[in-house]
Amino acid sequence: MIRHASALQHARSRIESRRWFLQECGVGLGALALGDLLSPNRAAAALADNPLAARQPHFAPRARRVIFLFMAGAPSHLELFDNKPQLAKFDGQLPPADLLKGYRAAFINPNSKLLGPKFKFARYGACGAELSELLPHLAKVVDDIAIVKSMTTDAFNHAPAQILMNTGSPQFGRPSFGAWTTYGLGSESQDLPAFVVFSSGKKGPSGGNSNWGSGFLPTVHQGVTFRGTGEPVLYLSNPTGVDRELERDSIESIRRMNEIRLQAVGDPEIATRINAYETAFRMQASAPDLMDLAQEPKHVLDLYGAEPGKPSFANNCLLARRLVERGVRFVQLFHEAWDQHGNLVNDLKKNCADTDQAAAALVTDLKQRGLLDDTLVIWGGEFGRTPMVQGGNDGRDHHPNAFTMWLAGGGIRPGCTLGETDELGFQVVQNKVHVHDLHATLLHLLGFDHTRLTYKFQGRDFRLTDVHGEIVPQLLA
Amino acid sequence: MNNHLIRNGRVAALALAAMAVAARGFAEDRVDFNRDIRPILSAACFQCHGPDASKRKAELRLDTRDGAFAPHDDRVAFAAGKPDASEAYRRITSDDPDERMPPAKSGKSLTERQIELIRAWIEQGAAWHDHWAFVSPQRPAVPQVKAEGRVHNAIDAFIIARLERDGLSLAAEADKTTLLRRLSLDLIGLPPTIAEVDAFLVDDSPDAWSRQVERLLSSPHYGERWGRHWLDAARYADSDGYEKDKPRQVWFYRDWVIDALNRDLPYNQFLIEQIAGDLLPGATQDQIVATGFLRNSMINEEGGVDPEQFRMEAMFDRLDAIGKSILGLTIQCAQCHNHKFDPLTQEDYYRMFSCLNNDYEANVVVYSPAQQAQRAEIFQKIGEIEKQLQMGQPDWPARLAAWQEQARQNQPEWVVLRPTVDDISNGGQKYLPLADGSFLAAGYAPTKHRVKLTVRTDLPQITGFRLELLTDPNLPCGGPGRSVRGTGALTEFEVEAAPADAPDKATRVKLAKATADLNLPETPLDAMFDDRSGKRRITGPIDFAIDGKDETAWGIDAGPGRRNQPRVAVFSAAEAIANPQGTVLTFYLKQNHGGWNSDDNQNCNLGRVRLSITTAQDPVADAVSPSVRALLTVAADQRTPAQTAALFSYWRTTVPEFAEANAQIEALWRQHPEGATQLALAVRPEPRETHLLQRGDFLKPMQVVPAGVPAFLHAANVSAGEPPRLTFARWLADARSPTTGRAIVNRVWQAYFGTGIVATVEDLGSQAETPTHPELLDWLTVEFQDRGWRLKELHRLIVHSATYRQASQATPELIAADPYNRLLARGARLRVEGEIVRDIALAASGLLNPKLGGPSVCPPAPDFLFLPPASYGPKIWREQTPLDRYRRGLYTFRYRSAPYPMLQAFDAPNGDSSCVRRVRSNSPLQALTTLNEPLFLECARALALRTVREGGSTNADRLTYSFRLCVARNPTDLEYTTLMGLYDRQFARFNAEGGKPWELAAQDPAKPPELPAETTAPQLGAWTAVARVLLNLDETITKE
Repeated sequence: MIRHASALQHARSRIESRRWFLQECGVGLGALALGDLLSPNRAAAALADNPLAARQPHFAPRARRVIFLFMAGAPSHLELFDNKPQLAKFDGQLPPADLLKGYRAAFINPNSKLLGPKFKFARYGACGAELSELLPHLAKVVDDIAIVKSMTTDAFNHAPAQILMNTGSPQFGRPSFGAWTTYGLGSESQDLPAFVVFSSGKKGPSGGNSNWGSGFLPTVHQGVTFRGTGEPVLYLSNPTGVDRELERDSIESIRRMNEIRLQAVGDPEIATRINAYETAFRMQASAPDLMDLAQEPKHVLDLYGAEPGKPSFANNCLLARRLVERGVRFVQLFHEAWDQHGNLVNDLKKNCADTDQAAAALVTDLKQRGLLDDTLVIWGGEFGRTPMVQGGNDGRDHHPNAFTMWLAGGGIRPGCTLGETDELGFQVVQNKVHVHDLHATLLHLLGFDHTRLTYKFQGRDFRLTDVHGEIVPQLLA
Repeated sequence: MNNHLIRNGRVAALALAAMAVAARGFAEDRVDFNRDIRPILSAACFQCHGPDASKRKAELRLDTRDGAFAPHDDRVAFAAGKPDASEAYRRITSDDPDERMPPAKSGKSLTERQIELIRAWIEQGAAWHDHWAFVSPQRPAVPQVKAEGRVHNAIDAFIIARLERDGLSLAAEADKTTLLRRLSLDLIGLPPTIAEVDAFLVDDSPDAWSRQVERLLSSPHYGERWGRHWLDAARYADSDGYEKDKPRQVWFYRDWVIDALNRDLPYNQFLIEQIAGDLLPGATQDQIVATGFLRNSMINEEGGVDPEQFRMEAMFDRLDAIGKSILGLTIQCAQCHNHKFDPLTQEDYYRMFSCLNNDYEANVVVYSPAQQAQRAEIFQKIGEIEKQLQMGQPDWPARLAAWQEQARQNQPEWVVLRPTVDDISNGGQKYLPLADGSFLAAGYAPTKHRVKLTVRTDLPQITGFRLELLTDPNLPCGGPGRSVRGTGALTEFEVEAAPADAPDKATRVKLAKATADLNLPETPLDAMFDDRSGKRRITGPIDFAIDGKDETAWGIDAGPGRRNQPRVAVFSAAEAIANPQGTVLTFYLKQNHGGWNSDDNQNCNLGRVRLSITTAQDPVADAVSPSVRALLTVAADQRTPAQTAALFSYWRTTVPEFAEANAQIEALWRQHPEGATQLALAVRPEPRETHLLQRGDFLKPMQVVPAGVPAFLHAANVSAGEPPRLTFARWLADARSPTTGRAIVNRVWQAYFGTGIVATVEDLGSQAETPTHPELLDWLTVEFQDRGWRLKELHRLIVHSATYRQASQATPELIAADPYNRLLARGARLRVEGEIVRDIALAASGLLNPKLGGPSVCPPAPDFLFLPPASYGPKIWREQTPLDRYRRGLYTFRYRSAPYPMLQAFDAPNGDSSCVRRVRSNSPLQALTTLNEPLFLECARALALRTVREGGSTNADRLTYSFRLCVARNPTDLEYTTLMGLYDRQFARFNAEGGKPWELAAQDPAKPPELPAETTAPQLGAWTAVARVLLNLDETITKE
């Protein structure tokens, strides 16, 4: 097993050359072989392999693709999911001293007054899950999602905590969850990247590109950023003066020249590059088509609250669905808006108005298309917010000890609420789910034993969960 | 993982081919412990039976000779010659799942072949050797080979000997054109010009090759090409990383690397200067700049950070970088626990940590050579004027002494306050209390805030308040402010007082007067602090701090060369504050003179402040600076000449009749150049105590660990009184270090051939891949060290070898036999690094701007990349001059969080951590980049224009010309007809009715470039299409 794993890794990466989209019969090498130039160099051509070929995981997966709605900045669990009547009662009082022992806060003196929740809660759906009044749309799909109120993390500054949530380590340089997923599963798309990233909100994510980086995995696994307006992928469009005909003729000429060279020197890398150009050419057609939301019927646009041509989180949610429909393995939406040190009430109202409908619509839409069964949807940020106030009476500081996320589809048990925090929402008291445990569970749903999805680097087998992670059985359907 | 192999036949075939090579390659009758056995034990056993005592099972240790052979409850793991008496062998072959090793739950297992190897090894006597990489390299004998005629130097003997074992041989030498292009790309990262190729082709002299090698090695572009490799290892980037990812100035370090390589600074010295250049006797600016290596760590200044936490992260990063780049060892495992595979203990790790733990995180002002000369001239002129003053006033010593006497006594007594900082008021900036009562600003830097400091005092009659702005090596340029220049501005100083028994009854203290040691004239705020308010914001004298106006501030920027000095202001109360029960004082230091974007370097905050109070009548600020005041107590006959000069320099400013000379000197100071800055190290006078950190958690310090080096490696030569960091640097660069020389030699090899002799260049430890040519690695290492650690010598050796000069054609048989070309029966054929992909396009098109060094440049990139929501905050990305975009790729500004797209697409690392092995990818995003990125298109246009202007007048000449600019050789007939087919088709389209050649061929179709006679726009359009194809050929971006 070990031997095979390392041989696979060797095959995929030690050559330090990653290769793309060889199709043994199809547009790629098939067309190329037609040139009949290759016969003496079939060996070379056959080595042009594709690290993103669709692969089977360790065991039968429940989820085949992932949409991660990353709520960067850290949404307040206390205003959205985790109803704490006692916190309301103790509003304005100091927290118990023993609670703060060893506690470090980012900005505030931890011994600050408690701040009662700012919004009302009610129970919804057949499952009776509690949700804030800020999430009326999520309330409608609450029977399809699992709410985890007992999330906990290690870092309490944005960049390290986002990197931890997305790579399993607060230190930069590790592969992201999306990269691990495509490393393990490859891609089912012929002409789109395996891992696509969108960003909306008032800022970019604190961890920057490292949130979707490939770390020490081959760089083909890093997320490719798409934009909702203009050129969807950087340098996708033909430059001024280059029409589709010139582009086709150019790429055809490049192909023929590269074939001649392949014939002369026999390097399989050339075959890979020929495929890369053909894929690029196809992507030039497929990506704009994918991004054209005007193709969606009005009722779907309305469901999400999406408006073609006007970039928004809602548009990105709808695009995420269109991407997974086309075989993209992992889509991650970053919406950085949730860092409410102040202006908690108004900002949360705005953020929920911007995101609640579309996130819920995504669940509804995936479900009605039969995609939810094997598509994992994840919603959450990097940590929670303090029950203590920051500033006057309208802000909360960073809080790593407890926060809430929700999950849907892909083998997640629908309609469940897992975990509990103490009466102030400060500490997890039941069914603690660490970030590593979440990762272990998500990998499990994707068909992986998280201890065996490894990559050897610097003499060590690295994994998303490092040396940690326990699957959370209560979350599995 | 089995599934993968079964379901993906191609991968399986590839993997099997790889294993077949390995098996055939290494199969010999004699089992070699280091080659065959240690890797098995390391991978399968060491985790539980290795160096980490805390995880060790059954008290059995298999990574040491003692552990492997000592009796253990009457049993012994390995009994030489007797597999059946070897407990370890019994356990790895046991059928009993409870006994079988490795245990199933470990997820590890041994293959039949591995078990067989272990059995054979035991039968052959179980010879034990220490891990090869932990033993200093010795020069091995150069092997005899059959193909003696192919041996140019020892490298070939080792390579051929290995090939001959498999019945293989070196390939024929590549043709001269290919060779020169290969050499040029390898040594300077640029393709040869056509003239260079032609000159080489006609040069039949025996030393033709050597002369090309020397020409390229002496090119300044050599340092750029090889410097970039080191900069990867040094995790070089132009920004801080993390959320704010602010720009930083570290390009002096980058230029130092380039220059050091160009002058072939011996590699051991190259290392010593980067670790401890500042500690060398008479350290030069360059040697201080070199310590920027350690400072290339990321810096987290997002709101709410604990600066010490991220200083520790940076320390871990520094050790990781030293491990990967210098030692070729993975040492960061031992940050949390003893190494699982190598005999490196956690204590060892913190011994090394301790060597590096005694420094300020300094940011120093640096000057270019021209600026240094300018400074020297200014100082000389000032010295001359002062000398003339002294000559004109022979009684100056007596007058100075009199002034000294008077000045010594003119200061009131001040009581230093130790207030508490209100943590809501600090705008997210940390005010770290220091032992002397001052606060050091750290962490996030808001551009506007009003910090509140509160203290209780029992002083009966408070007449005045003193605010000291102190310098600190941790501040930019040493402070005393926190702006990028080490300056700051005090918008407003406010005090409230309340009786201690009625703290709620605070009243504003009326300030009668403010004095300061520096009162600059009213000056508009520098553009870097523009807050986009449109208001006229100014700095000036200290009165501006008590005028109640938000637009005015006390400014302390005394100009380049003089601004980084401590400053003092004194505010006197209109009426003395007297509260019999004591007084609660609340100070507000309003600092509102920063810019609009606090996610950029726009703060203008005070960097280190100290508050004091006095009861003296009418207190005023001390006009004498602290450094001069310290000299006042030194008697004239005890002073050094430098002290006397410093005292005189101050005193002359107080002498009215010197006014003219003083004005001349002021004028000279105004000519002082504005330097750049560089992150560097500066040693602390008081060493920090280093603790072993439980699981690497800085909040869980355990025992104190003294500075030292790992016990399993060579000992350090400790010189009395030498700072530990310097000792450590010398230890790293010691010829006895078993891995330092091997690590760099192996990486240089990797750069030439694609893979190191040890493929895992970052890890030569127990888990390393077995070297393909262990004797060659040692021979090269010893040779390199014997030749004075000179990298250019190593390059000469390699490029003169027949191994290097082979043709790179791969036959199906060779690919089948050795798919990854580890045995080198053919030349390496590799796509060049991202920076060089760009450089080739620039060079071929004639656009390349060959300027060396200087600030990093911002070539064209889409604006949105540097704005939210793509980037966390708005970032600056501005082309400074029109020619910036044509600079070599390595000068492109590197934001860690927003990498330059072209370089990212071509695998350039972003500097998050040390990288000694780049991935070499081949993707559609690369294709889109070289097809459509604006600069590549610009190169295609320029190449086409160059072709019609310089490439002759016939299509054949022109095609050959542009083809050779890209790949050096002439096109074949088939290539010619293929490209001319494209030309003809596109010419026809451009020449047809409605064809728009300028749309493609001109940057601005409204301003088409001038064409040579007889050349038409449709022709240029078609040549542009051809040029674009040429720049996109696999061969163009490949070292053949």
